[in-house]
Amino acid sequence: MDFKNRDIISINDFSKEEILHILKLVRQVENRPKASILKGKILATLFFEPSTRTSLSFSSAMEQLGGEVIGFSNANVTSIQKGESLWDTIKMTEQYADIIVIRHPLEGSARLAAEAASIPVINGGDGANQHPTQTMLDLYTIQKTKNKLDGLHIGFVGDLKYGRTVHSLVIALSHFNPTFYFIAPDELQMPESYTDELFQKKIKYFKTADLNRFAKEIDILYVTRIQKERFPDPLEYEKFKGIYKIDEQFLQNVKKDLKIMHPLPRVGEIDKAVDSTSHAAYFGQAANGIPVRKALLAMVLGKLK
Amino acid sequence: MRKKSKTRNGKIRPKKITTGISKEEVKRELNISAIDEGTVIDHIPADATFKVAEILDLENHKGVVSIATNLKSKSMDKKGIVKVGGKGLTQNEVNKIAIVAPDATVNIIKNYYVKEKIKVNAPDVIDNVVKCSNPVCITNNEQIATKFYAAKKDPLMIKCHYCERTMGKEDIEII
Repeated sequence: MDFKNRDIISINDFSKEEILHILKLVRQVENRPKASILKGKILATLFFEPSTRTSLSFSSAMEQLGGEVIGFSNANVTSIQKGESLWDTIKMTEQYADIIVIRHPLEGSARLAAEAASIPVINGGDGANQHPTQTMLDLYTIQKTKNKLDGLHIGFVGDLKYGRTVHSLVIALSHFNPTFYFIAPDELQMPESYTDELFQKKIKYFKTADLNRFAKEIDILYVTRIQKERFPDPLEYEKFKGIYKIDEQFLQNVKKDLKIMHPLPRVGEIDKAVDSTSHAAYFGQAANGIPVRKALLAMVLGKLK
Repeated sequence: MRKKSKTRNGKIRPKKITTGISKEEVKRELNISAIDEGTVIDHIPADATFKVAEILDLENHKGVVSIATNLKSKSMDKKGIVKVGGKGLTQNEVNKIAIVAPDATVNIIKNYYVKEKIKVNAPDVIDNVVKCSNPVCITNNEQIATKFYAAKKDPLMIKCHYCERTMGKEDIEII
């Protein structure tokens, strides 16, 4: 499978076979790191909104492979301030770099960037739409901790309505015969457009507001933050803030080999006491961002097949 | 499909257009008179009748325009008909109509007869016809053409190529 010059915009663009192939290459990169394969290559990181985690891990991944990084993490310092269109910004950037990573608050911006650029573009998050490298690292974490992707019982808890990571992961996992448990109050439940798609694909799912109801069934619990910035009314946020708490007491009723994931940052959804248990997979998950992004950079630059 | 009558030499004889209006309604002298040249769009869902008129910019049309809506129909709940004298439709206009009226038929009229009957069909790809209902979609913030895919045809659900949001009929706004 050759991913040379391929854009990485949405998890929806990848087939099951392609996802499995990418995960295989990530493992290869993690086990046998190849230094310097991207020597002489330049990555442009265009971060129109701040994201320390994604930006730093892409830069670190590029430098670990011998490449160089240029870019900005604050659109206020660019010609965007002068009214330059995204299209023109991309047309200009492609003269300076071999690959672009873009993060932008507007949905669909990465797709547009990919259409404007003749060099590969990786989506580092376009508003509430897609963040495919996060999805890849979530899949990699699940595969690594469970030694498989097929037939797992996966719970999602927190803000399932607005949670971009949840939506993309649910779509990606639906290739692998899962059973889903969507744990959220009605106001933050999984949107119907997604559950309709699961229904059509004959994938089993349960909706509940009760965290403990399916605790004994679940292999992976994916916890998300209730995002303050999504609520127009601060009182609404106060109502849901802290509604679910993963703590030692909760862990008494779960499967022994339950793994807990979280895209981070957390703001109290997971008690610190959970960190030292065998259930905590979230720091390992964050660390997996490096091999995943290294593999993807090397693949689209034609250095890994 | 209506049976076509043939002349002695085997040629198809064009049929006079029937609009699906009951005799009773005709008796009441509708203002939907026949047109000699132009287009009749039939089988429009009643609630989309004026949308079709808007798509065709009939407000500014100089020829004869007849619009009827909430008519009884055998094949649908209630339907609308739009007749436009002296105007043919472009493919782009037919595509736009297909999005709001997926079961519509477009009759091309020449010399009071139906010269051609086109069944509209919602296209798989809808280029620059619909505005994305998502205010934070890049297409609403940068000057680019919109693009949608038909995710489902009945009822019509379309998915934005850029922001990947799915929209139903109620959210569809024609550019």
